[in-house]
Amino acid sequence: MGRYVARRLLQMIPVFIGSTFLIFAMMFALPGDPVRALMGEQAYDPAVVAHIRADLGLDQPLWQQYATYLWHLVQGDFGTEIASKREISEIIAQAFPVTIRLTLFAFTFTVLVGISLGVIAGLRPDSVRDRGLLTLTLVLISMPSFVLGYLMQYLFAFQWGITTPTVQDSNNFGDLFLPAVVLGSLSLAYVARLTRTSMAENLRADYMRTAVAKGLPRRRIVGVHLMRNSLIPVVTFLGTDIGNLMTGAIVTEGIFNVQGVGKTIFDALTRREGSTVVGIASLIVLVFLLTSLLVDLLYAVLDPRIRYA
Amino acid sequence: MTIIDKAAEAPAPRGAGENGHPLLQVRDLHVEFHTRDGVAKAVNGVNYTVDAGETLAVLGESGSGKSVTAQAIMGILDMPPGRIPKGEILFRGEDMLTMSSDERRRLRGRKIAMIFQDALSSLNPVLSVGYQLGEMFRVHQGLSKKDAKAKAIELMDRVKIPAARARVNDYPHQFSGGMRQRIMIAMALALEPDLIIADEPTTALDVTVQAQVMELLAELQREYNMGLILITHDLGVVADVADKIAVMYAGRIVETAPVHELYKRPAHPYTRGLLDSIPRLDQKGQELYAIKGLPPNLTRIPTGCAFNPRCPKADDLCRTEIPALAPVTEQDGSELPGRGSACHFWKETIHG
Repeated sequence: MGRYVARRLLQMIPVFIGSTFLIFAMMFALPGDPVRALMGEQAYDPAVVAHIRADLGLDQPLWQQYATYLWHLVQGDFGTEIASKREISEIIAQAFPVTIRLTLFAFTFTVLVGISLGVIAGLRPDSVRDRGLLTLTLVLISMPSFVLGYLMQYLFAFQWGITTPTVQDSNNFGDLFLPAVVLGSLSLAYVARLTRTSMAENLRADYMRTAVAKGLPRRRIVGVHLMRNSLIPVVTFLGTDIGNLMTGAIVTEGIFNVQGVGKTIFDALTRREGSTVVGIASLIVLVFLLTSLLVDLLYAVLDPRIRYA
Repeated sequence: MTIIDKAAEAPAPRGAGENGHPLLQVRDLHVEFHTRDGVAKAVNGVNYTVDAGETLAVLGESGSGKSVTAQAIMGILDMPPGRIPKGEILFRGEDMLTMSSDERRRLRGRKIAMIFQDALSSLNPVLSVGYQLGEMFRVHQGLSKKDAKAKAIELMDRVKIPAARARVNDYPHQFSGGMRQRIMIAMALALEPDLIIADEPTTALDVTVQAQVMELLAELQREYNMGLILITHDLGVVADVADKIAVMYAGRIVETAPVHELYKRPAHPYTRGLLDSIPRLDQKGQELYAIKGLPPNLTRIPTGCAFNPRCPKADDLCRTEIPALAPVTEQDGSELPGRGSACHFWKETIHG
């Protein structure tokens, strides 16, 4: 087990370098120039621009820029923004907690509501409530998050006046309710369906018949024997989903004006602030890598038939 | 209750239990399944009795209704699509079909237990065997987790699993097939039930292990004086352990007999066919006999005797009239206890 974890952690290094390099190269390939963006509409002297570019190291070839960037990164230096001269680590420190809070909110919502709906439907496959859930989840899956987002805004803020249309204080949990529901709704649909199918399938398993034959009360049959088996795929899905929720927040954060990672990365992209984009993306890559390792380890804990050597 | 049972040790009077009722009595049981293709009549009027310490072997091919009958007794039929339109299942004289579901649940595992065919899929893959064995004590007797585990180890020793203490926390997939079936047996045995139903307990095992498992089952049954219903399609397994045999075909019992008499003189053409299709060493090189045709589709059981399309002796009477399970007698009319045959021509079959 320990060796397995060590191997996986070592494998992360090339994946991390590779993925950050790709993002870096893509930023490099984008048309536009942060220095010219800095100048705006005013007339500028090409010599001055060239000087600034040389100062920032932007005249160097791609690989050299990347090597420098990575060298600084391992030392914990994310660099500074060109236009605002702000430390990127400071920007990240401001945006990440907001997104993490939003993600956890959405995640909790997904887990509680999604699994409950799945259990309710899965215990009676092909019943009215099962078909109802199937329809509901189909609607949620086929609806893009911005449609759902604007719809919720329209209903909750403009029609009923329960909330403000956008988030005023990104650190306030109550304000984050609406974006969290919108963000979590897609995962919720998948979790509900996965739970439902897994339950319905295991309901017919031989060991369930054994559990009944043992004279166990129904609560125990469902709670221990059925759930323990049915939730294995759900847990693994939820694990990989944390990363998706964090990146999926870009659209949702935009709609609801949440000052999180998604909005920051989008703004940085329009201003061609490469270091900011790469810095944030690298952290998200890291989140993906760590959660998938966690899921694989969790899988072995949940299912004794799986062993890592 | 179990104390009384134990007092009536080995030579217990066969027949009546402590309150004048047999341990288990199935009376005119019917089970049907409502499917898209129509109503499948899986069990059509089965009667049998099992007493304490007695072993009844129920013999038949797949789809003959032997397992469905057992599931009906156990109360683990899926209803719907299953339905019991008619019949009684009396356990110590009380009809289990009219009991509340909670009353039945209390009987399951404690008074009547079942051993399933495929122990790998019948045990929960993600719970340790110790947990699954201990669960019986925790649920039915309210034992603590620790005491239940101690009991589980004891049980594993009882069914001769080596190094029980070390293996109690292992999972089903870590055991061999024979050991897994021993765990199933241990689980059924946990609360020393009065009746055990074993549904093809050795089918998934190789032959040497089959013998060991059957021996163990027979030994434990003798020791606890339990009733045993042994469901099988393997005539070889039956001979050594059973007291009496019921042969089923298309949801009906077609022949009943004490075990050795059935082998010596079958009174139904179907039973004869089954016996003739056992490979024998002294007939090496000859073609093996096989009953022609296939078992009937349960949604369209043939009129008259269900076996008539496959029977070498069938005539018009067989195609119109359902033969009742009639008592079988000696040629001079003297009674043969425990024997019955549902064939219009049982006389010719047994004596001819």
